[in-house]
Amino acid sequence: MGDGDGRQDGADRVDPPALSVRHLSKRFGDRAAFEDVSFDVGRGEVFGFLGPNGAGKTTTVRTLGTLIAPTSGSATVAGWPLEPENGVEIRRRIAVMPESPGLYLRLSVLENLELFADLYELADARGRIERALRAMDLAGRACDACGVLSKGLRQRVALARALLSEPEVLFLDEPTAGLDPVAARDVNELIAGLRERGVTIFLTTHRLEEAERLCDRVAILNTTLRSIGRPDELRDRLFARTLAVRTLVPLPEPDRVFSGLPAIEGWRGDGRADYVLTTSDPDAAAPSVTRALVAAGADVLSISESRHSLQDVYLELIDEEKGTAPR
Amino acid sequence: MTLSTRRIRAVVRKELREYRRHGSVVVATAIFPLIFLIQPLVLVLMVPSAGSATLEQWHVLLYMLAIPMLTPAVLAAYAVAGERQQGSLEPVLTTPITAEEFLLGKALSALVPSVGIAYAVYAVFLGCVALFAQPAAAAAVLRPPDIAAQVLLTPLLATFSIWVGIAISTRSSDVRVAQQLSLLADLPVVLVTSLIAFDVIHLTPTLAVVLTVLLLIADVTGWRIVAPMLDRERLVTGAR
Repeated sequence: MGDGDGRQDGADRVDPPALSVRHLSKRFGDRAAFEDVSFDVGRGEVFGFLGPNGAGKTTTVRTLGTLIAPTSGSATVAGWPLEPENGVEIRRRIAVMPESPGLYLRLSVLENLELFADLYELADARGRIERALRAMDLAGRACDACGVLSKGLRQRVALARALLSEPEVLFLDEPTAGLDPVAARDVNELIAGLRERGVTIFLTTHRLEEAERLCDRVAILNTTLRSIGRPDELRDRLFARTLAVRTLVPLPEPDRVFSGLPAIEGWRGDGRADYVLTTSDPDAAAPSVTRALVAAGADVLSISESRHSLQDVYLELIDEEKGTAPR
Repeated sequence: MTLSTRRIRAVVRKELREYRRHGSVVVATAIFPLIFLIQPLVLVLMVPSAGSATLEQWHVLLYMLAIPMLTPAVLAAYAVAGERQQGSLEPVLTTPITAEEFLLGKALSALVPSVGIAYAVYAVFLGCVALFAQPAAAAAVLRPPDIAAQVLLTPLLATFSIWVGIAISTRSSDVRVAQQLSLLADLPVVLVTSLIAFDVIHLTPTLAVVLTVLLLIADVTGWRIVAPMLDRERLVTGAR
């Protein structure tokens, strides 16, 4: 299915990338769906593709899935150049799970999977179907009509269908959209399981905590690619690293305490007895800050590194584009 | 171009399974055969011996060729538009199946039940005429050339109707519109067969051969013409 436990950082892999996209654009008339998008996805990598509604995420998936022809640029999918004549070869090597599962609701789970096993001309179709059903915990529902299944179960069937062909690249377009928290958690656990098995996954999602947990790297798209990297890299790139200090009572002379400490670049108050210290190295700064506070006779309640979430990064980038840029 | 029989068979099997579980499809496919069975049956059974001469002028059996025209039109119109409407088209289009394989599978799955239904209705009609009609009327209807034309033209007309229906289905985003347009598109051919049946257009051996050859050409080239119409991009984006 993938390369075993082969997940690596995007920068230092040796294998040719599973996806390689260069200056890819798609326009519908005057409207750009996405423009000048470039990135690589390594084999075994889980790559998150984030962006607001209408950002071009689904169009990108459809383009890389050979359903839509790009207007300009180039791409290689599972080792094959994205050209019309390679459509069948590319589709043999990928699987796409669209936002809507698109199951045949009058057919049973098993019949849906049998159809797709035949469309991929899979050898040992029966065995693969059984394995996919077991992997998605659907063995007990194989004979149920898809129409009677809950939305969460339908997503599982769609995932099982996508896994049948053991694709080199698995595109998941908003796999948890519209699911309740429990069903979304279940689907995320299944995706995490695929990650452990080394499946290359291209995941579009609105759920930022989901991307942060599941993805090795993420790209933020808003027609153009706004940023790309590991979630922690994006945080470091966008936000200064800070230490949050809380004392029992306000410090009488905070500037005397914090100024001149090694690795501390600045400070500001953030409430009655809260202080935010800017630092390039929180690990080095924290002990000296602690010592300075103790020496000043302060009752320290907490010293911790401030953590920006992927959501902060996302909102920062999207707001920046709108020109509001709150920090 | 090589075609995968396994993929074509898979589409046929899936379609037939869906027909069986889709009540409205069964009803829709049963309506036209009933209409085109009852009317000529009443006509033949009610005619007195003295009126048999009129029947000799007509080709009542050919009137029933509307059945293989209209029955598959409903099924074929659903082929692409229906899948698109229920959201199942996109996952199928992301598999290695080619447009030709997909459409051949769709066409075969509409052809098999349509031709089967048509032959079954003819058998009922012929049986009723043989058993219950006046002998002179039965002799006027049960003419070997007409029966041969009926048997031969049924799959040809059904195939033609299917390609027309699928072509319309690839361009339509609504199943009902696709079905109505498919029926409308088939009406000129139904009109021709009806005019022949009632001898308004006099059927000569030459005309029969010309019509059969034209139908054959349309049937064989139909899938080549329709396959490029299955434009993945237009179908998934809804662009016109």
